Amino acid sequence: MKKYFSFFRIRFISGLSYRAAAWSGVVTQFFWGTMLILSFQAFYRTDPASFTMDFSALCSYIWIQQAFLSLFTLWRLDNSIFTAIRNGDIAYELARPIGLYETWLSKDIASCTSSAFLRCIPVIILSSLLPAPYGLKLPTTVLAGGLFLISISLSILVVSSFRMLIYISTFHTLNPSGIRVIAVSFCDFLSGQIIPLPFFPDQVRSIVELTPFAAMQSSPFLIYNGTYTTEKALLMIGLQIFWVFMLLFLGKLWLSRSLHKVIVQGG
Amino acid sequence: MIELQNISKTYKVARRNAGGLQALKSLFHRNYTYIKALDQISFSIQDGEMVGYIGPNGAGKSSTIKIMSGILTPDSGTCKIDNLVPWKQRKTHVHNIGVVFGQRSQLWWDVPIIDSFELLRDIYEINPIRYRKNLEELTEMLFLTDILKTPARLLSLGQRMRCEIAASLLHDPKILFLDEPTIGLDAVSKLAVRDFIRHRNQVYHTTVILTTHDMQDIEALTERILLIGHGQILLDGPIETLKEHGSSVRKLHIDCHNLDFKPFPGLVMVDRHSASADFTLDTAISSVSDAINHLNRCAQIDDLSVTAATAEELVVSLYQEFAI
Repeated sequence: MKKYFSFFRIRFISGLSYRAAAWSGVVTQFFWGTMLILSFQAFYRTDPASFTMDFSALCSYIWIQQAFLSLFTLWRLDNSIFTAIRNGDIAYELARPIGLYETWLSKDIASCTSSAFLRCIPVIILSSLLPAPYGLKLPTTVLAGGLFLISISLSILVVSSFRMLIYISTFHTLNPSGIRVIAVSFCDFLSGQIIPLPFFPDQVRSIVELTPFAAMQSSPFLIYNGTYTTEKALLMIGLQIFWVFMLLFLGKLWLSRSLHKVIVQGG
Repeated sequence: MIELQNISKTYKVARRNAGGLQALKSLFHRNYTYIKALDQISFSIQDGEMVGYIGPNGAGKSSTIKIMSGILTPDSGTCKIDNLVPWKQRKTHVHNIGVVFGQRSQLWWDVPIIDSFELLRDIYEINPIRYRKNLEELTEMLFLTDILKTPARLLSLGQRMRCEIAASLLHDPKILFLDEPTIGLDAVSKLAVRDFIRHRNQVYHTTVILTTHDMQDIEALTERILLIGHGQILLDGPIETLKEHGSSVRKLHIDCHNLDFKPFPGLVMVDRHSASADFTLDTAISSVSDAINHLNRCAQIDDLSVTAATAEELVVSLYQEFAI
């Protein structure tokens, strides 16, 4: 376990060295959040009754989403992993007494948490200073806050183990961009990145809630802003646990199959 | 002890002719050719040996190294290294080996070298006392004191290669695979790397398997060479066999005037300038002294040198002989 933590640490540290990227990220996220809120406000003004979430809860959803954007966007892949597969540096990783899956997972989690770590604090502070109903509010209850923390940790695992499938597919396609585009568009839509899931038609929503996409960002955010009752929150956390195990199992199985036919070219 | 028996590996390569139409056609139907990278390779290497593994590009050198280090699975054949099968017992096996791929890097680009080393310490679960001792020794031997705190991206190639070699020895491996460790290095760095490898072998009895295109590496380091071509072992023996095997040809260079060259058995003039000339002599036909006597009669010699063919030239003649 310690070796993987070391991988996590070194990747986390090297992620922290990109300070300029972090600051520009903060600015982008803050403006993006503002734009989203303003455009939703236009819809709310037309007919507030047709929304299943009140406006200030929506604002909290958006700010939390912008603060932790790097944790949950599927396109934020660790390029060093693709490069290692394509140019053969994977040879070094295979020549070590470590599991490849666990190594990549620690690297991936480290790269997205280090990026989120630098960005989330300024966005959270700035957005909670905004006047009601535009600002970020604290969770409604302490219990909701606690469940949010559990759920967001599980989300990181769901997203990273899903990203692992994209990395592994590179063994077969060598060029990740095609699968990346498809996975990202599906995921952006179904995970509530563009429109929160409660705004989907009921039948669609009840199906989407069962998929791993809902287990990514939607569950923790809806727990945070009070849309989910405690009961519903526990159910969604259960689903998240199921998807973590499922995706880890699938990824490990696929990777061990792929490694049998690995060819490290050149050199 | 390393033992390979009848190891074979075939690669499947997709091919198509140039042009858009052909590219379109290959969407539906692909032509594959099968390339035998390794064809029934067998050899064994004792503990503490230093072996030079040579052959032209694409001969199968790197494939063999990758099989021995557990990265590639061969199609058939057996390979046992200290009674472990590398690709089956990969994690146990790699504890005993160190690998340097001269064309790749194992150091983290953005962080100081020492951070990469500490990561390796955790990966190999090296005991802290042993780690400190090894680090001190490697730092001293490879002159790393000033560069340990520098990020890898700021190092010169020579500095980086010394760090790569240190990185692969932190866990005291019994076997060291070096895949072109001196590629692109300047003369001073090459000498430093060679001295270090020799020292490591003498003091720790580390088994060293070295692939290189630099014949000076081979001459300076190895007692035994393996020549591979077309996926087969063509020659396996001490470096002297290479020299015997190589030609009995000598090169003669003379500075002279009034040269009027007459034919002499075994002596061929290859180049002629106004005040000098180069010859090759096959000593199996005529002796060096007879040739010099003959040349003395043809011209007034001011200076003369006789040289043996270099290792480089011997390898070229070997490649030609085996048509690889």
